[in-house]
Amino acid sequence: MNIHLNGRPRVVADGTTVQALVPSARGVAVAVNGAVVPASSWGSTGLSEDDAVEIVTAQQGG
Amino acid sequence: MRAMQVAGVDLPGRLWIGTGGLTSTSLVGEIVEAARPGLVTVSVRRTSDTERGGLLDMLRALGVRILPNTAGCLSAREAVLTAQLAREALETDWVKLEVIGDETSLMPDAVELLDAAETLVRQGFTVLPYTSADPVLARRLVDVGCAAVMPLGSPIGTGRGLDDPRAIEAVRAAVAVPVVLDAGIGTASDAALAMELGCDAVLAATAITRADRPAQMAAALRAAVDAGRLARHAGRIPRLTTARASSPMAGRVGT
Repeated sequence: MNIHLNGRPRVVADGTTVQALVPSARGVAVAVNGAVVPASSWGSTGLSEDDAVEIVTAQQGG
Repeated sequence: MRAMQVAGVDLPGRLWIGTGGLTSTSLVGEIVEAARPGLVTVSVRRTSDTERGGLLDMLRALGVRILPNTAGCLSAREAVLTAQLAREALETDWVKLEVIGDETSLMPDAVELLDAAETLVRQGFTVLPYTSADPVLARRLVDVGCAAVMPLGSPIGTGRGLDDPRAIEAVRAAVAVPVVLDAGIGTASDAALAMELGCDAVLAATAITRADRPAQMAAALRAAVDAGRLARHAGRIPRLTTARASSPMAGRVGT
């Protein structure tokens, strides 16, 4: 199925969970369709066609 | 060691630093050592646009308090989501709330800012809003529950210092929460002036990170913050229109 990962199109297998997309849990947060998904729910949150997934971390900033 | 408090939390310094503009993460250690900052700000960005530089690990190893910002957000909706993500990623409910009106002036959007502040306070965040130097808006931000206000001295990244010192004084007089001068600091005298005007702390990012010698500028700003605060409470002499002799007039030779 097709999703948007950090603003770019990405094809993933049906049944893919948020967990499968997160490289490392440390200092990372995830939102799906504008709602934060807590780390404790990554493994149980399945993705659907057209979902917009944002994965963020800390970067330099003022 | 406690230098000040925000929302009942002790902070170890009145110079706050931002990591924006760092040319190399390896400079963080010496900057933090020189600044001994009350806290350190970071932004929150997509992992796909982030270098794996280990900034977060480095800051955690240094033991500094990390304050995520919502820099670059153009609406309350974006800022609220960014703050929620920051809370999740960095395990802090503190946020430096920035909602800008456009990407050219980088000036705060007062309407969206107040809206986002109210929403985030309701959600349990400790909100430190980056705001225009406007005493009325500052009061409104405190009314909705902000823990501090962070008025700008001059536009972000300009290094012009305090364009309107009287506006900063007015913000100081308008609120009882900590006032943190944010944006526009260029050099030590700017930080000293902010403190002399009654600010509780100063936040500097590119004034340090883009200086030729970042750690040296961090040390200078720290000294200036201390000097400005000492002077604020020393009770300065009034500004006079005419001269007033300091040596006695009586007993001069030949009189």
